Amino acid sequence: MKVAYWPGCVSRGFTAELHGSMAAVAPMLNIELVELDRASCCGAGVIAEHSQELADTLNARTFALAQQEITQGADLMMNICSTCQGAQSECQQRLDASAEYRAQVNETLSDEGLEYQDGIINKNFLWVLVEDIGLDKLKTLVKQPLTDLRVGPFYGCYIVRPTDRLDINAAQPRDEYLGQVIEALGGTVIDYAGSHKCCGFPIITMNKEASLEQAGRHLGDAVDAEADCLVTPCPLCHLNLDLQQPMAAKQVGRELNMPVLHLPQLVGLALGVSPKELGLQHHIVKPTSVIDWSQAVVGGVGGW
Amino acid sequence: MAEFKLKIRRYDPETGAAPYWDEHTVELEPHRSVLEGILQARNENDGSIGVRCSCRSAICGSCGVRVNGKPGLACHTHLDDALASAGEDGVIEVEPMGNMPIIKDLIVDMDAVHWKKIQRVTPWLIGKEPVPEREYIVSRESMIDVTQSMACIQCGACVSDCLSMEVDPLFVGPAALAKTYRFVGDPRDAAHEQRLKDLGEDKHGIYDCTHCFKCIEACPKGVAPMNQIMRLRRIAGNDFHIKDRNNGERHEMAFVNNIEKNGILHEADLLPDSYGGKFHPRAVPELISSLPIVMTALLRRKMTPGKALLHPHKAPDGVKRIFEVVEGRDERNEFNLYISGTDADNEGTAEVAEAIEAAEPAGVAPDGTEGSSA
Repeated sequence: MKVAYWPGCVSRGFTAELHGSMAAVAPMLNIELVELDRASCCGAGVIAEHSQELADTLNARTFALAQQEITQGADLMMNICSTCQGAQSECQQRLDASAEYRAQVNETLSDEGLEYQDGIINKNFLWVLVEDIGLDKLKTLVKQPLTDLRVGPFYGCYIVRPTDRLDINAAQPRDEYLGQVIEALGGTVIDYAGSHKCCGFPIITMNKEASLEQAGRHLGDAVDAEADCLVTPCPLCHLNLDLQQPMAAKQVGRELNMPVLHLPQLVGLALGVSPKELGLQHHIVKPTSVIDWSQAVVGGVGGW
Repeated sequence: MAEFKLKIRRYDPETGAAPYWDEHTVELEPHRSVLEGILQARNENDGSIGVRCSCRSAICGSCGVRVNGKPGLACHTHLDDALASAGEDGVIEVEPMGNMPIIKDLIVDMDAVHWKKIQRVTPWLIGKEPVPEREYIVSRESMIDVTQSMACIQCGACVSDCLSMEVDPLFVGPAALAKTYRFVGDPRDAAHEQRLKDLGEDKHGIYDCTHCFKCIEACPKGVAPMNQIMRLRRIAGNDFHIKDRNNGERHEMAFVNNIEKNGILHEADLLPDSYGGKFHPRAVPELISSLPIVMTALLRRKMTPGKALLHPHKAPDGVKRIFEVVEGRDERNEFNLYISGTDADNEGTAEVAEAIEAAEPAGVAPDGTEGSSA
């Protein structure tokens, strides 16, 4: 399949390994990525907090750019960030609700010759994996099953709530997909308290203690549930759970050492991509437990 | 009639014994409520089950509990729906709400948490002076707007599942902040700015919400507390320019300016700018405290000095133009789904409105202006 690909900002900034690992696994899953390199930040909820119209217009522009690719053969728009998914879905809900409002927004876009038409399909890589590629197909592609690897899912708020906006229901249990993917890759799903909770990142500059307390608590719960690692489809969660983990450990007063993988990295490991190519060496918390499991040549990873 | 298995969380702090699960089988029609199930268990099996309820019609807000881990009203949850969301064993789990101390079994101490927070936000209208001789005239739209937060029945479901309150019990929380919007959104209230300044400066106020959507999901009345909190922030920052000591407004503006300049987020600038700039007295200790992480990140080549210091990505002209147009408007253009509804919802309503207007004689419209004659 071919997708209009929106990588987001953080996946090209502080978690560049996410963008890199997506590029590495895409061809193996037969996904052709057409990058929307002229698109802008989704606003991560912060721009909407400042001005809804600004966030709606910026995302309408991204959707319009994606629709240009869709007319040229792309199947849908795909993102790799829970926060992009949630923030963009929120804007899309308003844009799709009213032709009058959409016309106002399109008026602003018309200077650039762009127009958003309602009803774009914009899916996170997680949803594409389960709904478009399919778990059965994914299973057939696994070269190195994650046997005995104990993985805790960490979704990120934006991709699981609110359920009605994100079309999560019994027929489409998108809030259970991470577990399904982990199982399809041969791993063991760890049930722990924090899987659907907030990583705390949005308030890191406003109330640092509360923010790190959230990250530390969920990581600690995963440690207690004897997870080897966590996996997340959200790079912003990754910032608080991995980059800030030493600070979170201090905040909650316990050792954590919990590796956190991006979703394409976990998929890549099972598909036989080397840890180095997946950028695992860039994480703050060394994913030693994961590397040991994959029996990769640790010496080859280098730079630890 | 059908049989339902209820597993009720029991706890009596006065006995000193640990909490435990208690299973009861009840016989009721599937469309009956979980509350009726609990009451049947209490009346027929065990009179000591503690549960609070009154109206049984989802209006008094007394019977807030968690059913299968999700907060809501026991009287507003059908047994068949609860069974559908139960685990594989087909047992409906009923627990007390979270974030509040338990008095007994399913009864939590609303006074200790919820009501204290409601009192914290001055939950009454502070009228404008001088008081007009006749009634205040308020536009229809602003009245519909505040009805969303007025729909709150104080059940505590949002408080129960607030993830910020879970780690910071002092957080004013979703119910009280939705109540704040009820007055900040009311044109008759005289204290908008004071309310926002108070709750912006409070470390546990409007900027302590993590945007997790839990309260929106929890509310049985569609109040969407988080949306109200975001509007409080919007009004505090945009209309009153309140520069709070928690960096809420600074962070918001740092983010907006960052995107206007770079198109996509340049994280290396965001943190210092959120504290007022790299050389701001507040920023310096923050930056020093994050140095060990920065060093590790550089060492692992998670970021490179070049990437952090240079700005390789520039906002395309189209993005700049959007900022120019939207930020240049005299008034904020805020599309509110709650007021407007969707096109699909409104289909046909225009014709109905016209028909009503045609049937009514000319008169005075609710906003005091003279109505158009039919």
